[in-house]
Amino acid sequence: MRTIPMLLLGAATLTLAACGGAGGSTERQLGADPHLPAINQYLVPPMHVAPVGSWAGAAPTVAPGLQVTALATGLQHPRQPYVLPNGDVLVVESSGPGTEPIKRPKEIIMGWVMGYAGAGAKGGNRVTLLRDANGDGTPELRSVLLDHLHSPFGITLVGGDLYVANTDAIVRYPYVTGQTRITAPGVKLTDLPGGPIDHHWTKSLTASPDGSKLYVGVGSNSNITENGIEAEKGRAAIWEVDRSNGASRLYATGLRNPNGLTFNPTSGQLWTVVNERDEIGPDLVPDYMTSVKDGAFYGWPYSYWGQHVDPRVMPQRPDLVKAAIRPDYGLSSHVAPLGMVFAGAGLPAAYQGGAFVAEHGSWDRGNLNGYKVVYIPFAGGKPDGKAQDVVTGFIGPNGKARGRPVGLAMDARGGLLIADDLGNTVWRVSAKGAPVATASLR
Amino acid sequence: MPPHDLHATQTVPPPHPIHTLLAAFPLAFFTAAFLTDLTYVNTAEMQWANFSVWLITGGLIMGGFAALAGIIDFARNRRRVGRAPRPWFHSVLNVAVLGLALVNAFVHSRDAWTSVMPTGIILSGIVAVLVIVSSWTGTTVAHRLSTGAA
Repeated sequence: MRTIPMLLLGAATLTLAACGGAGGSTERQLGADPHLPAINQYLVPPMHVAPVGSWAGAAPTVAPGLQVTALATGLQHPRQPYVLPNGDVLVVESSGPGTEPIKRPKEIIMGWVMGYAGAGAKGGNRVTLLRDANGDGTPELRSVLLDHLHSPFGITLVGGDLYVANTDAIVRYPYVTGQTRITAPGVKLTDLPGGPIDHHWTKSLTASPDGSKLYVGVGSNSNITENGIEAEKGRAAIWEVDRSNGASRLYATGLRNPNGLTFNPTSGQLWTVVNERDEIGPDLVPDYMTSVKDGAFYGWPYSYWGQHVDPRVMPQRPDLVKAAIRPDYGLSSHVAPLGMVFAGAGLPAAYQGGAFVAEHGSWDRGNLNGYKVVYIPFAGGKPDGKAQDVVTGFIGPNGKARGRPVGLAMDARGGLLIADDLGNTVWRVSAKGAPVATASLR
Repeated sequence: MPPHDLHATQTVPPPHPIHTLLAAFPLAFFTAAFLTDLTYVNTAEMQWANFSVWLITGGLIMGGFAALAGIIDFARNRRRVGRAPRPWFHSVLNVAVLGLALVNAFVHSRDAWTSVMPTGIILSGIVAVLVIVSSWTGTTVAHRLSTGAA
């Protein structure tokens, strides 16, 4: 009997087979018409996460004409920056609720892999306020504005109402300009799909330009319906919530994990970045950035990039596949875009009118992809040109991840704020030579 | 010295109960996995596919221990009797069962429909047939050894 050596040999062969998923050039997947290879369901899907390193005094690399400073360090898993009208910067510190049950042996293995990538770090479940009143670029006041939240992610202010999107509800707090600590209890505006699984837990939040409606991104409850289609009720969608009474409707559907919800200040259109499906190859499916049309269906789970049917979904829905519309702009596969913001005044001319996208970074392709912030030029309200690297260096020279970018925001003086949830830092990128201050108006 | 004592020196002791006990698990689990696969294909209800992958994983773990017990059993018999037959057919079948079940565990770790259809359920069917045949031959080996008829 040679069972054990045979098993070891089999395992070794499987490991080797897993190395075939490095992934090709990502260049061909940038833009409106990305290259889509054939589906490849690996026996062991490729997995490669960068081991956790640290900045140790270093900073990300920025494109020519820009400079970068650390606005705040030592945060607890910062996910989303938000700038208040008086110049104070809010930072949502958060992590997943940890309510996803182990349904298969696979999930035990996945837990180890994600833990290795630092995804297991506990977030603060709070909102921290940073104030740089003297304008030297270092906030001298740091205060916990709100705490004991439930896996918050999105945050937005409309008038005197501060809305926080926890993973299971939008909660409203009264806010007075200059306030550094909110003690008033929150009032629930509406429930959102949270547990019991809550696979994609981040609820991105923004308000319509007139302030009457809120838009919230609700990610799918699985990669590709492996938790059952009934678990996807109200998910993989952007909800429109009436601010006056909390009534909600599905504004757009078929968006697997929409984040970075933001309105284009020139066209008034809602935009989002979407994390597409995994495990059908290192170059499938490209994550994307898209304008969001009222009532539109973007394919998930039945199809991707228009009418490309995903064979993993049963029963299939040819009627919905037919109705699926193509997103606007491919960002290439598995970059994991989590933040998006339109460029504001104060940045160099090369960065006017377009959008920044934060790519948290890949885990299921051999060659790492993402782990950077890119800029996509716009013309006439539409993406116009290739995505350019703006902030890189999140992977250090030793191959370890020093940070991973998540949420983005623009401050009033042309600073791009980047939440780095692995480096526990908020970075501020601005035009070279510009004052590093975040600038309060007071 | 009574005659039956002389006869006893040529008889191999029966397989250790632990070997028999452990071998029951892959037989039950791998055949059940084929049935839960069938149910999944008929219902598209994910929980049945989840049952399958746990059964396959359990079968692999217990099958590994059963193989170990079998090897120990064989070595023990050989030392006592010196000419215990090598259960070749039984061994090769078991290697095939565990090898295919390992591949099947990976196939069943894919997400949703293609974790079962078509490769997964085909492998489950083949493994189910092989583990039944292998358990059959295992019992025959045990019988032959215990009666000294080998």
